[in-house]
Amino acid sequence: MADHGSTLLRVDGVSLRFGGVKALSDVTFDVRKGELFSLIGPNGAGKTSMLNCISGRYRPTEGDIEWRGENLLKHSINDRAKLGIGRTFQNLALFGHMSVLDNILVGRHHRLKNNFLTGMTYWIGGARREELNERRFVETIIDFLEIQHVRNEPAGILSYGLRKRVELARAMAIEPELILLDEPMAGMNLEEKEDMARFILALREEFAMTIMMIEHDMGVVVDLSDRVAVLDFGKVIAAGLPDEVLADEHVKKAYLGEDDEVLHALAEEQERATA
Amino acid sequence: MAHVPNPRPTGDFRVSYAADRTLFKTRNETYFVIAGVLLVALAPLFFGGYVLSQLILIGIYAIAALGLNVLTGMTGQISLGHGAFFGFGAFASAWIASRGIPVMFAIPLAGVMTMAVGMVFGIPAARLKGLYLAIATLASQYILEDFFARADWFTGGTYGSLAETASFFGYQLDSDASYLYLVLFWVIVSFVGVANLARTRDGRALVAVRDHYLSAEIMGINLTKYRILSFGISSFFAGIGGALYGHYLGFVSGEGFTILLSIEFLAMIIIGGLGSVSGSLLGAAFILLLPQAMEIFANAVATVVPAIAQGTAYIKQMSVGAAIILFLVLEPEGLVHRWRLMRASWKLYPFSH
Repeated sequence: MADHGSTLLRVDGVSLRFGGVKALSDVTFDVRKGELFSLIGPNGAGKTSMLNCISGRYRPTEGDIEWRGENLLKHSINDRAKLGIGRTFQNLALFGHMSVLDNILVGRHHRLKNNFLTGMTYWIGGARREELNERRFVETIIDFLEIQHVRNEPAGILSYGLRKRVELARAMAIEPELILLDEPMAGMNLEEKEDMARFILALREEFAMTIMMIEHDMGVVVDLSDRVAVLDFGKVIAAGLPDEVLADEHVKKAYLGEDDEVLHALAEEQERATA
Repeated sequence: MAHVPNPRPTGDFRVSYAADRTLFKTRNETYFVIAGVLLVALAPLFFGGYVLSQLILIGIYAIAALGLNVLTGMTGQISLGHGAFFGFGAFASAWIASRGIPVMFAIPLAGVMTMAVGMVFGIPAARLKGLYLAIATLASQYILEDFFARADWFTGGTYGSLAETASFFGYQLDSDASYLYLVLFWVIVSFVGVANLARTRDGRALVAVRDHYLSAEIMGINLTKYRILSFGISSFFAGIGGALYGHYLGFVSGEGFTILLSIEFLAMIIIGGLGSVSGSLLGAAFILLLPQAMEIFANAVATVVPAIAQGTAYIKQMSVGAAIILFLVLEPEGLVHRWRLMRASWKLYPFSH
C-alpha cells in the first residue's frame, strides 16, 4: 500500500454555485502523495464538478485548492498539465480524427519544445529528433496499455473500451504527478473492468502516479482505494477508509435512498437556495 | 470524416520510428509526387503560354487555399476574409518592392506582413466560434477592402499599384515559363512546410483544438494562442499567394479581392478536402479548371443544338454551379476522399476490405 506521504492536493472549503444551484458546498479533503483516492456519491452529487474545479474547467465560487502547498487557482487551465495534473473524461473526449498515436503525442505537448517554425522546417532546427525521441516514450505507454494494434487508427472509430484506454494513455503521456480519472470503468464489461483495474494499480506502482478517481462500481472502489470520500448534494458526508465509509449510516442511506435526517436537511437547504 | 483504410504493401515493415513518420507513406507515393513536380518543371518545353499560365494560377491559388486549409480544415475556424488577406499580400509585396527591395525578398516579407495583419484580425477567434467567427472575419474582409480603396500611400487607392517584375540574380522572370519555376518553388516550400507542421507539435495542437478544445486545454494547449496562431499561418500563405499573384500580373488593383474570392477559396478546400494538404492543390485546380471545362462543354452543346448558341455564357455559368452542387452532394468529403477510396480499392483488390 502507499506510504500515505505528504499532502499533494488540498481542497479547502470549496463551494461552487451556478446561479441558484449549489453544486458544491464547503468541500474539504486532501489527496496524499502516492495514494489512490476515490470520490464517490450518487448521480448529481457534484463529483465531476469537483474534478472540474481541480482540472480548471470550473472556478470555485469560494474556497481554495492547494497544489503542493501552493495556490492552484491562480494557474490557467493549460498550465495545469505542466504542474503535473492530468485527467480523463467521463464522456470520452478524444481527438476523433487523429490517430491514436497522435492523440497520445498531444499529451506530450507541454514537454516538447518544437514550434510551428521548427516544425515546418522539420529536418532543420531539431523537430525531427525531438519528435522521434518522444515516440520512444509514447511507445512504452502503448505497450503498457496493450493498444499496439490500433496505434495508427483514428481514435474516433475505435470501440468504447479501447477509446477509454486511449484516453488513459493520453493522460499518462502528460506524466502527471496526480491523475484524475472520471469513471474509468463506466460502461465496461467485467473483463474490461479487470484490465482497467490492473492498469490503474500499475499507474501507481510502475509510474509512481497519485490517483484520484470517481467510480460507481463499489467493488472496484473498495478493492482499489486507499481512502474514499463520499459526496451527496455537494457536501462531503463521509471520508476515510473504504470499509469504514461504506459502513457509515449516511452513506448507506444516500445510496439506498432511505429517509435520513442529515440528507433531508441537505436537500431542503438546496431547495431553498434554488427557490 | 469517414475512415478509409490505407494498408501498406505486404513486406513493407517499418523498423525505425523515422521510417514510420515519413512525409509520404509509401515509396510509390514518393515517386508519384516527384514525377508530378518533374512534369510541371518540364512543362515549358511542351506547352505554350496558356497551359503555363493555368499552371501558375493553380499554384498561386493552391498556396492560398493551403493557408485557408490550415485555418478551416486543421483548426476548424471558418474565415470569410481569406480573399482580402490574399489581396493584402499582393499590395504589400508591390509596396515593399517599390521601396527598392528585390522581389525575391519582398514576397516572403509580404507573407510575414500579412501574417501580422491576419493575427490582429484573428484576435476575435479567441472568443468566437463557428458562425459568429465567420461573421467576425467577414468584417475583416470589408475593413481590408476599404483599406485597399483608401490607403493611397500603400495600395495606390482606386488606381491600384504596379508590381515590379520578379528577377533572379539579374535574370528577369518576365515570361510564363520562368515565372512558373518561382511559383513551383513556393508551392513546394508551402506544401512541404504544412505537411511537416501536421506531423509535429504545433500542427497536432491545431487539430486538437478543432476536434475537442476542452480536452486540448487540459492537455496543456493554450487555446487563445493556437487559435490566433492558426490565423497567422493561414494569412502567411495567403500573403505569399497574393504576392506571387501581384508580381505575375504586374499590376495590383483592389477590385479582385472581394468576398467572392474568399468564398472561392472556401470552395477550393471543401471540394479538395478539408484538413488535407494535397486536397488544397486538387481543389484549387478543380475550381480554376471547371469553368474552362464547362465552356468547352457549353460550346459542344451549342454545336449540336444551334438554337442555344447565344446562351453559351449562361450555360457555362449554370454548369459550374451545377457541378459544384453535384460534387458536394455526391462527394462531401472532397476529391482527396475520392482518391483515397480509389487507392484503397485497387490496393485491396479483389477484396473489399
